[in-house]
Amino acid sequence: MKEEIIIAGFGGQGVLSMGKILAYAGLMQGKEVSWLPAYGPEQRGGTANVTVIISDDKISSPILNTYNTAIILNQQSLDKFESKVKPGGRLIYDPYGITKAPTRTDIEVYSTAAMDKALELNAAKSFNMFILGGFLKLCPIVDIEHVMLGLKKSLPERHWNLLPQNEEAIKTGMEIISKR
Amino acid sequence: MSEEVRLMKGNEALAEAAIRCGCDGYFGYPITPQSEVMETLMKLKPWETTGMVVLQAESEVASINMVYAGAGCGKRIMTSTSSPGFSLMQEGVSYIAGADIPALVVNVMRGGPGLGTIQPSQADYFQTVKGGGHGDYKQITLAPNSVQEMADFVGLGFDLAFKYNILCVILADGLIGQMMEKVVLPPYQPRRTEEEIRKQCPWATLGRTPDRDINVITSLELEPEPMERRNIALQAKYALIEKNEVRYDEFMTDDAEYLIMAFGSAARICQKAVEVSRKQGIKVGLLRPITLFPFPYNRIKEHLSHIKGILSVEYNAGQMVEDIRLAVEGKVKVEHFGRTGGIVPTPGEVVDALKNQIIK
Repeated sequence: MKEEIIIAGFGGQGVLSMGKILAYAGLMQGKEVSWLPAYGPEQRGGTANVTVIISDDKISSPILNTYNTAIILNQQSLDKFESKVKPGGRLIYDPYGITKAPTRTDIEVYSTAAMDKALELNAAKSFNMFILGGFLKLCPIVDIEHVMLGLKKSLPERHWNLLPQNEEAIKTGMEIISKR
Repeated sequence: MSEEVRLMKGNEALAEAAIRCGCDGYFGYPITPQSEVMETLMKLKPWETTGMVVLQAESEVASINMVYAGAGCGKRIMTSTSSPGFSLMQEGVSYIAGADIPALVVNVMRGGPGLGTIQPSQADYFQTVKGGGHGDYKQITLAPNSVQEMADFVGLGFDLAFKYNILCVILADGLIGQMMEKVVLPPYQPRRTEEEIRKQCPWATLGRTPDRDINVITSLELEPEPMERRNIALQAKYALIEKNEVRYDEFMTDDAEYLIMAFGSAARICQKAVEVSRKQGIKVGLLRPITLFPFPYNRIKEHLSHIKGILSVEYNAGQMVEDIRLAVEGKVKVEHFGRTGGIVPTPGEVVDALKNQIIK
């Protein structure tokens, strides 16, 4: 089993850290993982993306032409990556700030109102965990216990008091995702 | 502890490995995409544990000369930089070569020329394997293709440097430096004591002892005859390295009709391209040089009896391809495919290039 994921959005939305949590979770579940961020001008100009691969077998290329899953958090990223989802793959997006919705019909498109939910629950900082929850509902390649371990690993110890809040956000995220 | 599996960036793994390999000193100057090397060292504070010195120099020129001086004392000394910084270091690199000093330099390449971009590149191949500084010299060049190799090549690099009294370069690229993968870090190895260094490196300038003359380290030799002898000795050393230290890795080459050659992270992309091509019935394999100097010329020659063409895939405008052509001597078709300026080709682009440029 192999999952090839691109996560893309604005810097500050937790794109890279969401990827890191997934990678850590995969690692702790004994899988092969790679985490490759765009560290170039796009990161400095505001947009951020990361390619995460979680696989049972050794990973050859950390760079991909196409992905099983695209998790899209802004319009620029949607414009860039919608065409890069494999036929039959899935695209997850938050409609917040999206002006042109995805149009492909050969992939499964899911939307999650994570930003609205995060604002409603006054949990804007957990925004990426609502998204992550939605992804895990559709693709349980790593189980929630390992995700929580991954989260713990990627958070500095002084923030461990926020773990329950994040777990809650992941669970809520699983509920609010829906197929277009 | 030593067998612990970690998730780390290539740059971080390299820094951790340096401490564990008994490195005595790191002198560097920050530059993207390798700044995490010094950041990690500063965070781990090895001066409090192993006694390793970590110092931010005022420039790359200063850091390479600190490397020259520290290594001249027989210590395991390293620096790391990225392309523009490596250019600044070339004077010191040539002096280190001329003085037969063992040291380790890491170049996490970015796109050039000039200040260029901060994204991955392999355009310093010529600079590294053909000599970026002046004079007839060479340096052992290791090209890691994974975070694991970033960690493993620190110890290997130091060992080779001290085996031949030569500069060893780890030639990585921004992609390997920045990506995170699983890595098993090497076990801790203590720093050598001064007595051990005196024994292993009788040339080291650690202060004169009654049993020997003054040790002088210099690359200056005004008389041409001794300078030529020195050059002849250097060339003999390089020939020995070419005989003993060629390293490469192969993937699906046994029945291959075509070869892709790539080093560093490009070889990872090409491995995927081989997997994809094989599914389409194309008999292609991957030959990855691990040492760029010494280069696996002979291994390429061995493949010539059963292959029809070689595609060299590099993040540059065509550099390693020239060495491949030297090995092939016109017997089969050799073409280059690359992207420049910090752009990394996808596996799909490599498959297309193989079809269009080699198979047709």
